[in-house]
Amino acid sequence: MMSKILIIAEHDSNTLNPSTAKCVSCAAAIGGDCDVLVLGSGIGDVSRQAAALEGVSIVIETDAAHLAHPLAANLAPEVAAAAGAYSHVLGPSTTFGRDLVPRVAALLGVNQVSDIMAVEGPTTFRRPIYAGNAIVKVDVPAETTVVGTVRAASWKEAATGGSASIESRPASSEAASHSRYVSLEAGDGERPDLQSAKVVVSGGRAFGSAENFEKLYALADKLGAGVGASRAAVDAGYVPNDMQVGQTGKIIAPELYVAFGISGAIQHVTGIKDAGTIVAVNKDADAPIFELADIGLVGDLFTVIDEMMALLD
Amino acid sequence: MYGLCLNPVLLMTSSPAEREIMPYDVVVVGAGPSGLACALRLKQLDPERMVAVIEKSAEIGAHILSGAVIEPQPLDELLPGWREQPPPVCVPVEKDQLFFMTRAKRIRVPTPPQQNNHGNFIVSLGAMCQWLADKAEAAGVDIFPGYSASDLAWNADGSVAGVIIGDMGINRDGEPKDSYVQGIEIHAPVTVMAEGCRGHLSKQLIRKFALDADSDPQTYGIGIKELWQLAPGKGQAGLVQHSIGWPLDPDIYGGSFIYHLDKDRVAIGFVLGLDYADPEFSPFEAFQQFKHHPSVRPLLEGGEIISSGARAVVEGGIQSLPRVEMPGAILIGDGAGLLNVPKIKGTHQALRSGMEAAEHLVAKGSAEGFDKRLRDSAVAHELHKVRNIRPGFHKGMWRGLLTAAIETVTAGKLPRTLKNHADHEQMQQATEYDAPDRAWQERDLPPRDRLASVYFAATAHDEDQPVHLQILDPDVCTTRCVAEYNNPCTQFCPASVYEMVEDENGLRLQINAANCVHCKTCDIKDPYQVINWVTPEGGSGPNYQNL
Amino acid sequence: MKILVGIKRVVDYNVRIRVRPDGRGVETDGVKMSINPFDEIAIEEALRIRESGKADEVIVVSIGGDECQQQLRTALAMGADRAIQVNSSEALQPLSLARALLKVAQSESADLVILGKQAIDDDNSQTGQMMAALWGRPQATFASRVELDGTTARVTREVDAGLETIEVELPAVITVDLRLNQPRFVKLPDIMKAKRKPLDRTELGDLDIGADAPLSVSDFAPPPARGGGIKVDDAAALVAELKQRGLV
Repeated sequence: MMSKILIIAEHDSNTLNPSTAKCVSCAAAIGGDCDVLVLGSGIGDVSRQAAALEGVSIVIETDAAHLAHPLAANLAPEVAAAAGAYSHVLGPSTTFGRDLVPRVAALLGVNQVSDIMAVEGPTTFRRPIYAGNAIVKVDVPAETTVVGTVRAASWKEAATGGSASIESRPASSEAASHSRYVSLEAGDGERPDLQSAKVVVSGGRAFGSAENFEKLYALADKLGAGVGASRAAVDAGYVPNDMQVGQTGKIIAPELYVAFGISGAIQHVTGIKDAGTIVAVNKDADAPIFELADIGLVGDLFTVIDEMMALLD
Repeated sequence: MYGLCLNPVLLMTSSPAEREIMPYDVVVVGAGPSGLACALRLKQLDPERMVAVIEKSAEIGAHILSGAVIEPQPLDELLPGWREQPPPVCVPVEKDQLFFMTRAKRIRVPTPPQQNNHGNFIVSLGAMCQWLADKAEAAGVDIFPGYSASDLAWNADGSVAGVIIGDMGINRDGEPKDSYVQGIEIHAPVTVMAEGCRGHLSKQLIRKFALDADSDPQTYGIGIKELWQLAPGKGQAGLVQHSIGWPLDPDIYGGSFIYHLDKDRVAIGFVLGLDYADPEFSPFEAFQQFKHHPSVRPLLEGGEIISSGARAVVEGGIQSLPRVEMPGAILIGDGAGLLNVPKIKGTHQALRSGMEAAEHLVAKGSAEGFDKRLRDSAVAHELHKVRNIRPGFHKGMWRGLLTAAIETVTAGKLPRTLKNHADHEQMQQATEYDAPDRAWQERDLPPRDRLASVYFAATAHDEDQPVHLQILDPDVCTTRCVAEYNNPCTQFCPASVYEMVEDENGLRLQINAANCVHCKTCDIKDPYQVINWVTPEGGSGPNYQNL
Repeated sequence: MKILVGIKRVVDYNVRIRVRPDGRGVETDGVKMSINPFDEIAIEEALRIRESGKADEVIVVSIGGDECQQQLRTALAMGADRAIQVNSSEALQPLSLARALLKVAQSESADLVILGKQAIDDDNSQTGQMMAALWGRPQATFASRVELDGTTARVTREVDAGLETIEVELPAVITVDLRLNQPRFVKLPDIMKAKRKPLDRTELGDLDIGADAPLSVSDFAPPPARGGGIKVDDAAALVAELKQRGLV
């Protein structure tokens, strides 16, 4: 039987979140028909963006005032109501998807496959457990709807250029009286949070002082990146404790991680092993970080930062 | 000044908040084999007695590291029938082998009688302590892992009243954090110090009561151990191998062990005396070199390192055994210094001393008389017999082997006792010491370096706590020590705790306290004795698995 | 008001995870087990609410074999009033866990359920949401701030876009994130007191939660090792490479 896949779109009413395009890639790996469900209020633009994703057949739009904010209690019944015609329901493994999709799974009476990182068949997946320290195979039992979340770092965004039709579907439920959206306070608008940043630049003790770390902050701002540090840099007092990446610091999985003057001790590497692309800049060609970096550059970190600043202008 | 020191009650009441006190009949510091044997024996002899065991590791056994081949007789006495339900890792010794190593070869030599392990068992002492703790708890002992005894509590008459549990939630600068919890005091008529080798409270007590006034200085070694999962089929369960010789210089006492457990697991390690002279010598590197010897490397290739760690061992024997009693407290196990060096075993001594202590306390009700009891017991007799073997190696391996042969043949009955010397005094200055060519090689088996080794020790400390490695005089490091000894702490520490860093503020000693595996080598070997190891927040430190 | 806190016994955060050679799981032999760190934060939050006078009782529940009593005792030592072990010899998946927790919440007439946002072993992050769905009650996931006002909880959630605040009417399920609080250290005398607090044992079978088709989980493997990639000569080549890969 051919799979029929429904993807729950994530958006902010204006723009489709890139995680949706990643779900489409995951759906392509599963094979079969792929529709996108856009829930919200005043979401015409979002629906058009979803329709442009390559591989999407139909965009289903449910536009209702009570769906204006992503409250799982309001969205989940809509998804569950739409899900009847589908073999698969997928959402992104972002805070949006991780909040909503399990609620949908429960309404459908099925267990959920979290953080799909690879597809091995229509009902067979690979996913990480123990913070990525082990990978398991998960088989969804026959005759049940596959409900899953798609791990962002494992999938590329589907290309645009498609032209799916957009269909409207009326809301099937009323607003939940027990949940109310109050506000969203975006990050302080400056540097993205280390843990959720798509790009992270990180520095080691080789910076030599807190002042020299300013150069790294400047590069981070140019790249829109979060800033991390090795324990040695924290211990030396160059940066505060909450910037530490690694075993006793933060475990992060940005799409791009650029390590400047970090040797790559296991303790540090444990914190970045799920990163998409790792770049290492270090003057010691024998530094262990080069053994796992996707792109390595042996050289003086200050020179490289200065040159990057100029090139990125 | 004196008045203040002699009046701890006055000091206590002047502290900001009165500490809560929990009374017990006996408080045992340290849940190793001696402490647990003591606690369990106490309950067996007198179930009414309230016994507490305090342990700084997050879980029982997590700070225990030992070979370990053990003699089972004390266990037979403590837990008859234990063989039917042995500890989780427990493999009968099948075969003993001793080798003399050269750079390229290993030569089988006869096993000395002390190292005959027929009837002994290879265990993980950490796992065994967990097993023993379960039995002690079942017998009614209150065991508190994750709490460090950070200080001593005193009675007005100057006797030991018990221990103070360290405060939790203090930041790096010594200020209380939101999570701050004041530690309590545990008081008991008798405090049993079972901290293991170079316990930090035992060290204070030995000094305060001059317990070592009539004994030689204590001497130590460092043991480094790894647990490996070998490629399938490579293990030979029950095989016990030891070696002497390469990669050590002939003037360094020590050697290797390889113990084959079940399921293709092998414990591999190295023990060497801390009386070596070369300030730039690295025990960790010596062990790693040993692993790359052509006779050893094939065993490990294709395998996986599971766990690693290091711990100082006590080697002074009977000459260095301090007085083991004082008002309100006694010393047992390696904390007293009961390891039998020629046998390379201390567990049976630890268990037996714990049981002796329990029997003494039940019979006499106080510490008084325990020193005599221990010295009259099999524990001390065993040490007396082998007393000259370890110090015989003070003048190098060949002289040592000769002494060992003579002392073994005569069973220690010759009317002589060789002296022990303090390890930290044995180091020579960097400019004076001419290190031999050790022909050490590039290596590729894990762990790559000490930092990687620390990773396999799973050591963890909340980094926002006071540094638990106190440098009593930091100037020494950047002035005298760098010139005279080239900062040997950066070499002897197996966990890369100490680094000399040159930055905009000049040369300084960087202490990576979070790496510490609580081996105590720095406290022992630092030539100026300015490093003072104290307990970090309870629950910190390595998380050894089956070491 | 009654708060129910669900806790899970997991391999301790500090333990290095090793996949078993037979691929049937991870090594748990002789491994330190602890309360799931997020659940510890949930306990702490419940205790703070009770200590602020807004709740009368904190009940901890864990679903598992008798070994999870150790973690329940720890929760009692932290300050929970009583504990319930739902005895189950097999590990349940989130949907069944949610059904079981709901039965307990209903029989206890809990007004608030606080859970960790996920367990650090399976990393599913599902149970709280599922429980709220089955209950037909609100959920407030990934909480970094919780304020109670009568029967309303105002919860600040850590979401990718920043900090979202929502209001939910009780009863509700809240799942907590790392920054909500710093769990307290257990005071040693409280360990002794915890031994005397009530710990009830209920059989899972008695909760009558039915049988959901479980996912089949197999073939445990270590993550693929990262191999070394390419070397570039200078910053220009690096930036060009990053641009070509669409990363900057």
